[in-house]
Amino acid sequence: MTKRHDGRSNLDVRKLQAKAGVIKKADGSAYFKIGNTAAYAAVYGPRELHPKFMQNPRTGILRCSYNMLPFSTTERNRPGPSRRSKELSLVTQKALLPVVDLSEYPNAVVDVFIELSETDAGSRCAGICAAAIALADAGITMKDLVPAVSVGLINNELVVDLDGEEEHMNENETPDVPIAMIPSTGEYTLLQMDGIMTKDQVLEALTLVKPALQEILKVQKQALKDRFSEGEQK
Amino acid sequence: MNSNVKTHVANAIKKGFRLDGRKNDEFRKISFEVGSIFTAEGSAKIIAGESELLVGVKLTAGTPFPDTPDDGVLMVNCELRPLASPHFEEGPPSIDSIETSRVIDRGIRESGSLDTKSLCIKKGELVWMVQVDIVPLNADGNLIDLGAIASLAALRVTRFPKLENGKVVFGELTDEKLKLSEFPIPVTVHKIGNNLIVDPTEAEEQASDARITITTLDDKRVCAMQKGGDQPFSEEELKKALDLAFSKAKDLRAQIAAL
Amino acid sequence: MSKLLVNERAIVVPGELIAEGMDFLPSTGTYRANDHIIANRLGLLQVSGKVVKTVPLSGVYQPKKNDVVIGKVIDVLISGWRVDIGGAYSAVIGLKDGTFDFVARGADLTKYFCIDDYAAVKITNVTSQNLIDISAKGQGLGKLTGGRLITVNSAKVPRVIGKSGSMVSLLKRATGCRIVVGQNGLIWINGTPEEEYVVVGAIRMIEKYAHISGLTNRVETYLKEKLGEEALNRPEVPEEQVGESERPPMRERRPDRDRPRSRFEGRDRRERRPPRDRPPMQASEEKTPQGSEE
Repeated sequence: MTKRHDGRSNLDVRKLQAKAGVIKKADGSAYFKIGNTAAYAAVYGPRELHPKFMQNPRTGILRCSYNMLPFSTTERNRPGPSRRSKELSLVTQKALLPVVDLSEYPNAVVDVFIELSETDAGSRCAGICAAAIALADAGITMKDLVPAVSVGLINNELVVDLDGEEEHMNENETPDVPIAMIPSTGEYTLLQMDGIMTKDQVLEALTLVKPALQEILKVQKQALKDRFSEGEQK
Repeated sequence: MNSNVKTHVANAIKKGFRLDGRKNDEFRKISFEVGSIFTAEGSAKIIAGESELLVGVKLTAGTPFPDTPDDGVLMVNCELRPLASPHFEEGPPSIDSIETSRVIDRGIRESGSLDTKSLCIKKGELVWMVQVDIVPLNADGNLIDLGAIASLAALRVTRFPKLENGKVVFGELTDEKLKLSEFPIPVTVHKIGNNLIVDPTEAEEQASDARITITTLDDKRVCAMQKGGDQPFSEEELKKALDLAFSKAKDLRAQIAAL
Repeated sequence: MSKLLVNERAIVVPGELIAEGMDFLPSTGTYRANDHIIANRLGLLQVSGKVVKTVPLSGVYQPKKNDVVIGKVIDVLISGWRVDIGGAYSAVIGLKDGTFDFVARGADLTKYFCIDDYAAVKITNVTSQNLIDISAKGQGLGKLTGGRLITVNSAKVPRVIGKSGSMVSLLKRATGCRIVVGQNGLIWINGTPEEEYVVVGAIRMIEKYAHISGLTNRVETYLKEKLGEEALNRPEVPEEQVGESERPPMRERRPDRDRPRSRFEGRDRRERRPPRDRPPMQASEEKTPQGSEE
């Protein structure tokens, strides 16, 4: 096993940083940074949903919005929705929905706004990590947090948490599998892929990612605990 | 805004003791964090009280406008994303975000602080494009002044990326900095009742009858103005507002210059 | 063999394993998965006997019957007013719960409450369909005129009120402000700008150190620092009623201010305080028009 360009081993994630409660006006919020990829997430609600036709009388709904700020990419990212940001908003919502219980809030909505302030690959995963902390911070009933990270294939070796340089290492795009998981049940809530891998590599990726997800989970939990033990004499 | 609450805000200002304990002509304490955004050629985060804004500068090379073939391009854009406040909505830019963008843009552009001729790489073919994007993270008033001050801070630390065969090599910054010849500082003066204040919080903005943004370059010159709000200003009030704008801009300019 | 894996009063986060074994019972904020009890809401862990639950630390306000809250009128209806009380659903003041007055057919309801008005209201009913009825009639209820409003998280309201209302009466006594604390986290404060500023500072402090013991001492020190030693030794403001600890009913009237003004004109407001044994006057908030005039 050779070292990666930044000295990490194949299973190492980049440097992690998380903070809850960064957006004062939101009901819950978080900042999550992995390497040079950073996401802010704000949660508003449960609140009344307008227009009325979107309401669901059985349960509250979860709306997610993923957006890259203009200066968060190498080429300036033009403001406004794109097909990419719409798809990522969708998969983010699907990644979080299985843990969130909004049955007590029929007709209401919980809005999650994710803004990437800087990116160096792995932005959808960083967004999901931040959103999970923000939802918990907003006091939403949820059976678990959701950590997320990607697994890539470089020189026929699986590596965890690709950065931007690794993503563009191969001729074509490096094969890349973003994964999100419910840690307490071991179920997967986000799984996408681009590039080509063998069946065995895909299965191996699903197992290989687990220690990295546990490490991210630890940081997510600590961010929430730190927020509420602020000012406590240590 | 509730007229009772508004009267209450106005009464406090009349007494010269604002809701957050400040004097009428007192700015909140400002702090900066510059250059922290990995993907931007220049960036600044500004925090003043509960307001917090992030500004990123992207420097790219592109074709100039046909009518100004040897001028670099400056663009200033402010987006009020729904992340920061329940009052901001998803969708096309609101009129507030457009006005904020344009007032900040005008201040920097009209000051001539950025020499657009020096941003020309090859006449008619390639020029530097300076794109300033402003995003509030926490919105508690005075987004125009704070956005502009943060923009200047970000521009001041912006470095040119490496250029190879007319293409920018992203991620490789040279030591060459963007040059600012002036620091155009806007100070927005709000009229509440018969009193003038600077650096309002959101609650004070809601109670505001009128506002005027005055962008100054030094002790003498003004480079941009914008009157807003529903009520008019008297000549006497405008004189006072100008004096306030000049005196407040002085401290702020020193803070930017020290970065 | 059952085992508690987290200390009592510790902060637990969603997904955190709290207990193993079948002897414990999951209550609010927790759920059972096989023989594990796991948190499903951010909160402080409480164990009473076998029952494991968490007390929320954050989140939007959950309306409860008999809570007194501060709401903002957002719509005038055919026979009542729609009010935002900060939770997931808005509430309605029915016509008969809005005023004691006779309301003529087709009368202009904005005479009683306008859009954007704030009012102290009591929740009279919360239905399973999340329809919330509120009333603005009763002691300490009604329109709030003048003053400023600040927001704290509803989870921190019990600490702002204090045991049997001790904290809020300390603030009122020391600063001379009128204060109404809504269970939804909206707090109305009315006094001079300087006094209000001290109250806001104290409330922000309570918010920050809400989960730490010795809060009252900390607040007292702050008040002494801001207002001088004598601030804490001012006479008690008589209270019309004392509720159960941590969730007392609203108290906000200041009998001294409800008395005819002329009697005290020209004298320092601090001297206007009645003797301790004076019974409180029975005037409701909306009948005290001193508002915010200086």
